[in-house]
Amino acid sequence: MTTTLWITAVIVAITLGITIWAARQTRTTVQFYAAGRKIKGWQNGLAIAGDYMSAASFLGIAGLIAFNGYDGFMYSVGWLVAYLTVLLLIAEPIRNTGKYTMADVLSYRMSAGPVRSAAAISTLAVSGFYMIAQMVGAGVVLHLLVPGFSFQLAVVIVGILMIGYVVLGGMIATTWVQIVKATLLMAGAVLLSIMVLSHFGFNPLRFFDAIAKVVDKKSGLNFTQPGILYPHGKHVFLGPLTLDKSTIENVSLGMALIFGTAGLPHILMRFYTVPTARAARASVGWAMGLIGAFYVMTTFLGFGAATLVGKAKIPNSNLAAPKLAEFLGGGPNSFGGELLLGFISAVAFATILAVVAGLTLAASSAFAHDFWMNVIRGGKESESEQVTVARIAAVGVGVIAVLVAINLPTANAAQLVAAAFAVASSGNLPVILFTLFWKRFNTVGAVCGLIGGTAVSILLIIIGPGLNTVPAAHPAFALANPGIVSIPLGFIFAIVGTYIGEALGGDQRAMAMYPEIAVRSQTGVGAEPSSVVEERIPAAV
Amino acid sequence: METRNRGQGSLGAPNAPVGTETTTARASKWEALASSPEFRRLITAKRNFIIPATIFFLVYYFALPLGNGLAPSLMNTKIIGNINLAYLFALSEFVMAWILAAVYIRRANRVFDPLAAAVRRLAARMGVGA
Repeated sequence: MTTTLWITAVIVAITLGITIWAARQTRTTVQFYAAGRKIKGWQNGLAIAGDYMSAASFLGIAGLIAFNGYDGFMYSVGWLVAYLTVLLLIAEPIRNTGKYTMADVLSYRMSAGPVRSAAAISTLAVSGFYMIAQMVGAGVVLHLLVPGFSFQLAVVIVGILMIGYVVLGGMIATTWVQIVKATLLMAGAVLLSIMVLSHFGFNPLRFFDAIAKVVDKKSGLNFTQPGILYPHGKHVFLGPLTLDKSTIENVSLGMALIFGTAGLPHILMRFYTVPTARAARASVGWAMGLIGAFYVMTTFLGFGAATLVGKAKIPNSNLAAPKLAEFLGGGPNSFGGELLLGFISAVAFATILAVVAGLTLAASSAFAHDFWMNVIRGGKESESEQVTVARIAAVGVGVIAVLVAINLPTANAAQLVAAAFAVASSGNLPVILFTLFWKRFNTVGAVCGLIGGTAVSILLIIIGPGLNTVPAAHPAFALANPGIVSIPLGFIFAIVGTYIGEALGGDQRAMAMYPEIAVRSQTGVGAEPSSVVEERIPAAV
Repeated sequence: METRNRGQGSLGAPNAPVGTETTTARASKWEALASSPEFRRLITAKRNFIIPATIFFLVYYFALPLGNGLAPSLMNTKIIGNINLAYLFALSEFVMAWILAAVYIRRANRVFDPLAAAVRRLAARMGVGA
């Protein structure tokens, strides 16, 4: 395990080195939150990919495919198609109207106090679910790397590193950590995919012959067939309506995945780091190329682990990719096996650290920028105070995530991340869309949508079978993925809230500001400039 | 501090009247801009592309889980060796997403950006959003 440790140490040293270098360049708020809006389109595309592909993508999906076959691949498909929602509806308007956070866009039309407070709550909820999942994944990986470290100690070490990243460096450091990590992750996935295919003579048909021989005992289906993770069966849905449960679970999961990405605060924040809407668009293009290529490769990682290693030899579904690497390198206790396991585990570790840094930044800016400066301080900004508060908040958020994660040693990271997507798609997306595109939308509607959507999705996750907080034979809510119920409810809360707001006497400003936000969001009139005015705009993809 | 001051014109403004300009006067200027032929042209062009594109990708995407759930024997049809329709359909989702993204980016760069620039020039002439 010495090789493993050295490789990990080198990669962590490189990422921290970049952070310390970047820390010297972080002085103003716009640099801390938005990297001075000087990040180029392709760089931001890499960083989005780095922000997005978390423990759930690398460890989680590979494990789901290794254990359940085809159904695990549905996560990959949904998580890429999600970027069409981002590209077509969200990315450019967000860049044109916002400044640092999602709430900037909302408070354009709505009363700043209530909307910023509500948005800070939903941002903290989404980032919290996401972050705890990463901490749990990191704990499992570090515990595998160094069996001497307990899971709890591993989580604490990751927490300290992560807090260091954000407190020292802010957005510039986080951006560069993500670029380095995305490159490492792609390299690792390409290497493993080629090695898997080489075992089948680079013949996809032989690979699939082997996959078709892996059979799930419970359902009798082979691993190329859908229906293992979410089995077919009758499900009573909405009173008299009886539907196939597998279909509902998959559609519900898909809804959360493709609508959730456009409501993830740490991804939306990335669009403020580029100089223009055109660069925001280009960065989504780059991100889709990278993320899509990676997700196609999850089939080689997952099916590779299923065929070459086998479920019986993988102790935890999150360890399918590392165990596959160990096998491909030459097996346990061989030099090659240790080397490849070390590299892949370190890549996973860097992956998680970078995602956690991005999440902490989103959560701390929601607290510092939206709640502290704009609600408590009434919008009177002081550069140094805001950066200090954001740094203190980063420490606070990190500590809370560590404390929750050390109590969840057996929680499934992928389920926690899917929960974060359900919260984002139910709480945030309806409110963002209505703010941009619905003239009658008002402050009461925005607050009802944010709080109601967030609360109902968290409630359904807790009482459902997904997290298994209280294992029950008959959970109060039958679906593991609440999206099919919570997303429509999020829209309904926002609509009903709007009519209540009108009944309460209306919201003159929300109505009066609509033409302004419509023009600004679509054209970029008066958009926040980059801190260097003459920035060359990168060519589109 | 320099950066913050530059931002005042856009984000600081909605919360408080700028100079002597009242909220109503401010809103009417934006309304005039929003109903200008330049802006209408941009919105029509975008709407005509984005709404059909969004409906298309949602239908295409949800056809996969619905097909897998409701027509499993069809989706389990082997196409080449043991590679079945379900897997090929899933792969085609990636191709669909990449092509649609590329088409949108091309259209936005060539058509929407010049139309948006025309609105920004009009805004500058009207003294809005400076």
